Amino acid sequence: MSQKVFAGTTVDVNEEGYMTDSTQWTKEIAKEIATEENIDLTDKHLAVCEFLRDKQSKGENITIRSVGNSGIIDIKGFYQLFPGAPMKKAAKIAGIPKPASCV
Amino acid sequence: MQKEEHPLKKVCIICAKGTIEDVYATLVMANGAVMEGIETNVFFTFFGLDGITKKFMNSLKTGTVGNPAMRMPGGLPFPTLLGTLPGVEIGVSAMMRSQMEKLDIPPVSEFLEMIEAGGGEIYACKLAMDMFKLEKTDLWDGVKAVLTIGEFYEKCGGLQTQIIFT
Repeated sequence: MSQKVFAGTTVDVNEEGYMTDSTQWTKEIAKEIATEENIDLTDKHLAVCEFLRDKQSKGENITIRSVGNSGIIDIKGFYQLFPGAPMKKAAKIAGIPKPASCV
Repeated sequence: MQKEEHPLKKVCIICAKGTIEDVYATLVMANGAVMEGIETNVFFTFFGLDGITKKFMNSLKTGTVGNPAMRMPGGLPFPTLLGTLPGVEIGVSAMMRSQMEKLDIPPVSEFLEMIEAGGGEIYACKLAMDMFKLEKTDLWDGVKAVLTIGEFYEKCGGLQTQIIFT
């Protein structure tokens, strides 16, 4: 367990950089994590992050299909918002653990 | 000595069988690769073509005969003779699909769309198409091209590339 400072706040992160306490998350922190991932955070990104946080807090399975059915964005748009590895990047920016789902 | 890491850059997955579990193994691996940002090519051949044939893709079956890993709900053995009865294959297959739906695993056509949305490319085998008398129009619309195996290999080049036969 290590710590990192984002937006003037010290947060707990694991060795891969995922926040381990999602209650420490703020939009300002999200913006700085996004910058590290070379993403310029928009309201659309944040809407996806909030959606993932909501699912996470309810203990629901986080899948790429559920993002596509969220009404916020379709799957193609999701790949464009978070290029490369969308689920992992979005989870990291949303301050939740790395998704444990295979789909 | 420092351990060198060479993460996968590209996977080329070949699906040659048409049961639910064979096609889904391919789709889960392909979608998983796309989600990791790995370049992904999928080649459907022989009976695997059912997985991208409009008429069959969303009603694939699992074999209920000769599969020792097949068990009744609860874990009791599933006698092979039972698998030969009419309707059993359809019932077992429907049950598998409903179990997958519960895990948010989509139907085949939607799964292919997800892979395509992430930049994965789907190909069909020319030889098998000729063998089964299939036309490009019989296939799912997202199939990028019908290729010879040589043409597929041309797409499999590059360092940190793996070919996977499911």
